[in-house]
Amino acid sequence: MFHFSNIVRTKGDPKIVEGGPSLKQPADQLARALGWFSIGLGVVELFAPRRVTHTLGMEGHETLVRTFGVREIVAGIMSLSVDKNAGLWARVGGDGLDAAALLSGLTADNPKKGNIALALLMVGGIAVLDYRAAQDTKPQRPPRDARRKLYPNRSGFPKGIESARTAARQIAAHAKTNEVKQGDERRVP
Amino acid sequence: MKALVWHGKEDIRCDTVTDPEIQDPRDAIIKVTSCAICGSDLHLFHNFIPGMLPGDIMGHETMGEVVEVGSGVDGKLKKGDRIVVPFTIICGECDQCKRGNFSVCETTNRKRHLADKVFGHTTAGLFGYTHLTGGYPGGQAEYLRVPFADATHIKVPPGIPDEQLLFLSDIFPTGWQAAAQCDIEPTDTVAIWGCGPVGQMAIRSAILLGANQVIAIDCLPERLSMAEAGGATTINFETESVVERLQELTDGRGPEKCIDCVGMEAHVMPSLPDTLLDRAKQMVMAESDRPHVLREMIYVCRPGGIISVAGVYSGLSDMLPMGAFMNKGLTMRTGQTHVNRWTDDLLRRIEEGEIDPSFVITHTVPLAQGPEMYQVFRDKRDSCVKVVLKP
Repeated sequence: MFHFSNIVRTKGDPKIVEGGPSLKQPADQLARALGWFSIGLGVVELFAPRRVTHTLGMEGHETLVRTFGVREIVAGIMSLSVDKNAGLWARVGGDGLDAAALLSGLTADNPKKGNIALALLMVGGIAVLDYRAAQDTKPQRPPRDARRKLYPNRSGFPKGIESARTAARQIAAHAKTNEVKQGDERRVP
Repeated sequence: MKALVWHGKEDIRCDTVTDPEIQDPRDAIIKVTSCAICGSDLHLFHNFIPGMLPGDIMGHETMGEVVEVGSGVDGKLKKGDRIVVPFTIICGECDQCKRGNFSVCETTNRKRHLADKVFGHTTAGLFGYTHLTGGYPGGQAEYLRVPFADATHIKVPPGIPDEQLLFLSDIFPTGWQAAAQCDIEPTDTVAIWGCGPVGQMAIRSAILLGANQVIAIDCLPERLSMAEAGGATTINFETESVVERLQELTDGRGPEKCIDCVGMEAHVMPSLPDTLLDRAKQMVMAESDRPHVLREMIYVCRPGGIISVAGVYSGLSDMLPMGAFMNKGLTMRTGQTHVNRWTDDLLRRIEEGEIDPSFVITHTVPLAQGPEMYQVFRDKRDSCVKVVLKP
């Protein structure tokens, strides 16, 4: 990507000669891939629900598929954001809902139950990836009850806070006196 | 040279890049001796502020030694001079610079057509801070080209360590302006939201400007302890109600002056539903900022009071209580700080030992460790408040 931006960079500005290591981990790449997959699947579910229900032999459930589509898009956007961990856990939950919905269609009289079984297998595989990515992208923030260093001696005032306050008060008093004097002078006819 | 380079959301790398060159007679090149990661760099790290391109060098808190000057610098700088580089690039000649409004210099944004479109009018060029403000390479690097160097510098004397001077580049004058534009009076209570580096500077500035009481609001124990050390009464917003505590501490009147040192990435908490909604909208790009602090300040500020905004906002903020703002007769003052307006006074205060801004530094590491320090600073790991990088 930087090769492209090097082209548009102002002449004379530094250009990258050799790239350093990236902060991105494989789990971040996986989260990104799952995010885009989620958005893609969501768009199909939202705009072509009949095709989905027909493939699965679950006609009549178009509204449910559309709802799932919206859920997929939201989870996908979250997975691509800085809060990707929340997005990935939302996807794990969504996988559960998908599996439950598919199981409800796995009846003896459904002529497309083979497709449902295949879809269940896919949901299972994706769920494993979602779970793995969610585990690996856990925020690194220390827990609330973690021991933290405190800085009670860092006042920033080498002469002490009281000295700073006193100096400020003296300046304010001096300014006030000047104001009063100037006011008196103005009142003189 | 080595430099910290933006490659995308949450992806900053220590790359090898070509050395900067003199591009204009008014340029100078400095060898960077110290630079720092600013809280607003995290907005770029998260890609919340538009206009970054892969390959952009980060950093706008920098100081160093002049190693080369252009022919138009007119003797104002020479090789070997020690300078702090203000994050705002200024020409010193335009109408705004002459008025002291340096952060809205009309000359230095070399991509002003973008700023004109987005903000209505251009603001000053900034180092390492998106192409909306000129796309100038930043100072988290071994060398930095300083455009308009004859005006864009703060000459500093030898004998004072970098750590005491470096923050003249941004956070000290930012905190100072935040307090100064409150017109603090000796009877005033000043409430400051956010105890990050700018908040800490604002606390000290409010004390030096004579506030009767300074109240600092945050949720991190290390930052609250540092705020208390600086003379503030503290409120932990995770364990107590900010509005109730402020009312208590001001006998029900509300603070006369409120300072926002948080900006567009306010803390998100289930107990504050507006923050959840803001985060959701920000995620789908329906809102660029999370202005919880602005809402709270407008609600709690004493009628007739002043709201000072030092925290960075990038675009659109929803649901601001304009009814309360108008009916309470509040005044809001904002802006990137006009660094050079304040630095003569602040440098004198440092030299006289009135204040030592190095109190805020918690981590000093080599430049190459910069990328991981972005993560440590963002996640508040290891009680991190301020990171200084040594190229």
